[in-house]
Amino acid sequence: MTRPEMADETLFLLLHNEMVSGLYRAAEHGEGENGRCITKLENMGFRVGQGLIERFTKDTARFKDELDIMKFICKDFWTTVFKKQIDNLRTNHQGIYVLQDNKFRLLTQMSTGKQYLEYAPKYLAFTCGLVRGGLSNLGIKSIVTAEVSAMPACEYISD
Amino acid sequence: MAVCIAVIAKENYPLYIRSIPTENELKFHYTVHTSLDVVDEKISAMGKALVDQRELYLGLLYPTEDYKVYGYVTNSKVKFVMVVDSSNTALRDNEIRSMFRKLHNSYTDVMCNPFYNPGDCIHSRAFDNMVTSMMMQVC
Repeated sequence: MTRPEMADETLFLLLHNEMVSGLYRAAEHGEGENGRCITKLENMGFRVGQGLIERFTKDTARFKDELDIMKFICKDFWTTVFKKQIDNLRTNHQGIYVLQDNKFRLLTQMSTGKQYLEYAPKYLAFTCGLVRGGLSNLGIKSIVTAEVSAMPACEYISD
Repeated sequence: MAVCIAVIAKENYPLYIRSIPTENELKFHYTVHTSLDVVDEKISAMGKALVDQRELYLGLLYPTEDYKVYGYVTNSKVKFVMVVDSSNTALRDNEIRSMFRKLHNSYTDVMCNPFYNPGDCIHSRAFDNMVTSMMMQVC
């Protein structure tokens, strides 16, 4: 995980973009309605998240509580997947956590500002699933939603 | 060296259980089942005990006259239980730890296999081979 591989980030970015457009193309050709694409993306992310978390928590110590788990997701998990940490973690101490990333890797190539804002949710669905899968494997049932106010910053809200 | 190895899911049902010798298998199933209580006790006592509360390896769960039972829990609350023959006194703690690490590594590989659905029984041949290698080392 710490080898300096230059191309792997771009590879995942391109694969992810192709995944999103591929799913939507298939939907247009009549394979199920459009509304299900986001769900499919999220479920894909869910399964990947489960496997990833198993691999990442193999060597870490046991987690003390929910906040510990969220901190792990913000630091180690995000760093390994997106090469940077979450910029801001907020909680209302009643089960709602907001993870804010000011320069989300999967969106930086699209725009900086308000252009293409309406297309952003499609690209966030996979990551929502990723977080949900990771949390579910660690024993936390959650609903993860994402919001974009200005590219490339986005927020993930975990319930 | 190990006489019986079991992988128990978060909801406490067995994902994988195998024992050698193959007769008397029910006795081992029963032993693993009763050891789950001890595992739960160790996990929940984490808050009060000062020793090794953040470790994944749980150590000796309980010894009987014929064999000893060791436990290990992952961060995803999947438990590994290993029953070892008591007559084999050459086995040290470090060796048990390394066996559990190998188990954990193989389990992670199974988890990342896209054809495996989390919660199903483990049918992977690679996992089987690894477990066989751990069980047959003495005979």
